[in-house]
Amino acid sequence: MTVRTAELLMGIATFLISIGLMWNVYSDGLTIGWVEGRGPGAGMWPFWLSLGMALASVATIVRWFQGKTPESQSLDPYIHPETLFLVIVSALSLLVMLVLMNIIGTYLTLMIFMLFYVRFLGKHGWGMTMSFVLGAPIFVYLLFEVALTKYLPKGWPIFEEGFLWIDNYRWEYFY
Amino acid sequence: MEAILIPLGAGLLQAFEPLNLFMIFAGCLAGLFVGCMPGLGSVNGVAILLPVTFLVPPTAAIIFLAALYYGAMYGGAISSITLGIPGASTAVATVFDGRPMAQSGKADKALMAAAIASFIGGTVSIVLFTLFAPPLAAFALKFGPQEEFALMLLAFATFIGLGGDDIPKTIFSILLGLVMAAIGFDIISGQPRMIFFDMVEFQRGIGFLVLAIGIYGIGEMLWTLESTKGQVQMHSVNITWARFKENLREIKLYINSTWVGSFLGFFVGTLPAAGATPASLMSYGLSKTFSKDPDSFGKGNVAGVAAPEAANNAASTGSMLPMITLGIPGSPTTAILLGGMIIWGLRPGPLLFTESPDFVWGLIGSMYVANVATVLLNLALIPVFIRVLAMPFTLLTPIIFMLCVLGVFATTDRMFDTWIMLILGVCGYLLRKLNYPVAPAVLAIVLGPLAERSLRQSLISSQGDVTTFITRPISLTCVILALLLISYPLIQKMMRRRKMADAS
Amino acid sequence: MRFVKTVAVSALALAVSAPAALAEWQLRKPVEFIIMAGTGGGADQIARLLQGLIEKKGLSSRPFIPINKPGGSGAEALRYLQDKAGDDHTVMMTLNSFYTTPIIQEELGVDVTTFTPIGLMAMDTFLLWVHTDRDDITDLDSYVAAVKGAGLDWKVGGTGSGQEDSVLTAMMEAAFEYDVTYIPFPGGGTVAKNLIGNQIDSTVNNPSEQMEFYRAGSSKPLVQFTGERMAAFPDVPTAKELDVDIEYYMQRSVNGPPGMSPEAVAFYTDLFGELFASQEWQDFCTSDGLTCDNFLNGDDLAAFHATQVEAHKKLIEQVGADAITGE
Repeated sequence: MTVRTAELLMGIATFLISIGLMWNVYSDGLTIGWVEGRGPGAGMWPFWLSLGMALASVATIVRWFQGKTPESQSLDPYIHPETLFLVIVSALSLLVMLVLMNIIGTYLTLMIFMLFYVRFLGKHGWGMTMSFVLGAPIFVYLLFEVALTKYLPKGWPIFEEGFLWIDNYRWEYFY
Repeated sequence: MEAILIPLGAGLLQAFEPLNLFMIFAGCLAGLFVGCMPGLGSVNGVAILLPVTFLVPPTAAIIFLAALYYGAMYGGAISSITLGIPGASTAVATVFDGRPMAQSGKADKALMAAAIASFIGGTVSIVLFTLFAPPLAAFALKFGPQEEFALMLLAFATFIGLGGDDIPKTIFSILLGLVMAAIGFDIISGQPRMIFFDMVEFQRGIGFLVLAIGIYGIGEMLWTLESTKGQVQMHSVNITWARFKENLREIKLYINSTWVGSFLGFFVGTLPAAGATPASLMSYGLSKTFSKDPDSFGKGNVAGVAAPEAANNAASTGSMLPMITLGIPGSPTTAILLGGMIIWGLRPGPLLFTESPDFVWGLIGSMYVANVATVLLNLALIPVFIRVLAMPFTLLTPIIFMLCVLGVFATTDRMFDTWIMLILGVCGYLLRKLNYPVAPAVLAIVLGPLAERSLRQSLISSQGDVTTFITRPISLTCVILALLLISYPLIQKMMRRRKMADAS
Repeated sequence: MRFVKTVAVSALALAVSAPAALAEWQLRKPVEFIIMAGTGGGADQIARLLQGLIEKKGLSSRPFIPINKPGGSGAEALRYLQDKAGDDHTVMMTLNSFYTTPIIQEELGVDVTTFTPIGLMAMDTFLLWVHTDRDDITDLDSYVAAVKGAGLDWKVGGTGSGQEDSVLTAMMEAAFEYDVTYIPFPGGGTVAKNLIGNQIDSTVNNPSEQMEFYRAGSSKPLVQFTGERMAAFPDVPTAKELDVDIEYYMQRSVNGPPGMSPEAVAFYTDLFGELFASQEWQDFCTSDGLTCDNFLNGDDLAAFHATQVEAHKKLIEQVGADAITGE
């Protein structure tokens, strides 16, 4: 896909999103007009601003047809094929990370994430890899769980039990 | 004057007792550390404070607290500059120029400018605080919804020219931010708005940090990965004594922006509605508008780092004012502090100054000392911070991703926001590749809720009469200033044209 | 070797303490202490004070972590707690939006009577406040006269359409037959500040939100909406004394998700009961005008919630949902 095509598609997408937002506000039954003696209704701000977004999108599309912006004339690829892999892998790894955090909990996820990044993407040695695989969860545990008393996601009960079994030593011996 | 100097002296002396001095350095370090984690700020740091509170006497606890507060404020700039991710919401504007500076091998200069500007901002603010607390508090009370809205107009006016060259795309970005800010429960009408897919989590709305970390953390990382094809070579700098002295001499490049930022920041910070984030953004906008070389902003102008940093430190100190003089929390951190103060047997309110002078002056005194301690620590640690930039990208990326996810989770304790962050990050990346400016959306989501709410409150109270904004003196002044600011670039252009005409 | 010893000792300790553990339920992880309001408000202050006291007194082996879920007048918090059914490590600090929000937002699908009642920490009260500059207003009659004279120019500040104080404001409008302009602000502290700054004319704040301004002489209470005069305000008449039938309280209770185990309920009830009886809490109640006479718990609190839900349904029907939601 060239930048030129992407520009048009993005213009259309933002236009549709703006219209969708307007419809969302309108169909919720929020007052989109001026209420006598009270000023703007609850829906006025989002509705008319969304209309502005739609108009701005139209302007971008019009300028595309006129060929006024550099993007509408550029025939470069939108995302270079050679880097597409890297970008997709990064975005997907984050997606997988968030999904896994809900299943196996924060700490195991971090270990897998580090292993993947440092060893398989970064091609670093095992020494470096292991220090990240072990270092990251320990650092996070000490900072978030111990110092800031945040209870990070622990995933399914069985994994939470595993965490609690270890965490229990902290309460037993340090407090 | 004596009435101020004597208790202030006593407060300062307190800070120099061994235990208290230790608390200052411990607090500064803890604050710096927490503050430089993306998403974590002084609000989270207060969690560390509470257990400490029960171990040491209240005065030491207050001192620890002041140090923590300052440390976190300074710390926010560190990740803004070295990682390009705002360490706290107040440090977003620091990214605009701090990140390009780091990328061109000037991270040390940016960090130094941030530290020095923060120090000046903090100091100016405490001095003003010491001298004028009661009259300023009285002035802050004069700020009703009308004045708040006029102030927001002024804030928007400072951003004219902050967008890109493509006007429809800039407008789209601003409006998108404003609309996103409206998601959630509307307190004015008591109705939920834009609850997509009936997910109750949307009632809370989309937080500013979620957007900022999504765009600057995730989006920026994807962008860097792509533009460098994964072969990122960050410029590391070797710090030498000569370079340090050279950096010191460069203070004159940003000293003016720093002064402006300091006074503006303090003033905006004292107003209960506003706070440090709008203050830093306004300071950045002003600094750019009145700069001799506005085009260099956003590309690594050191004044663009100093201006918001001076303002956010000044504002953070300023936001203590409504809490101490009125008992009204001006920021979430101070809100949480209120709880701690009650346990210490203190009642925050208009009588705190007269009933617990030791506490108030101890706090003010330790703010002076903590400010000095933090700037020293910060300057000493610059070589450590910039080592981050020398790390291979394949090691830095997973760390940044991890901190983004956990930082966002920590601000609201819900996974929902991390999903939103990822979506916004990817969308931000795709939009940015097509030259949509993202900064206006970030600004808009900060100011949007304040602007909409104060507009509607004003109109309800005037029963729909729009002249309410120009019949009140403070509000009128802000409106006029805003109009002047908006027209300033046009006037400037006309002047230039006339000059050119004269010359030819 | 040492490690083995430690393990052996702890295994032994475990074996010895096992029967005791069965008898007394223990926390196994930090407790999420949900607050159904934002930071800085009355509920938040109370929750953070309680958290501090728990820590200070060492009442719990695991920390209580305060988490604010202010979205949608507590809608977010209520749904969160409902989805946590059966969880023994989540409790919530509630206020009256515990009753009103599920009534106003029916689509939420939350029935608070299914939640596990733990303990009623306090009954918060409401007073009618005006600025001390208003010399013309000295009692309820002169207040009503002033409001009627001003008509819609009379501005009442509150914490949001659909919140308790908007219910109370609507009740007063009905009782005195006047109409005022109600301006919502985010949080009771902001309302108080706007009253002191003369941006609004009157408000029905909780005592804790106005206490310091009252002591500093910038605001004055005209009437209290309680059954009897509070110790903190001996000279302020109650509405009932003035033949106005308005009595309204804000409950501040701690509740758990539906289906909490009985052992956990017993544990939390003991814990909050001990806090309730503590000197610090009772002092706070006195100074902030909270009523803390009875620690309702168990079935008593469940019955209390049930009557409150019914009472609020009736109230909202009476004053009309429109009067509360503004538009």
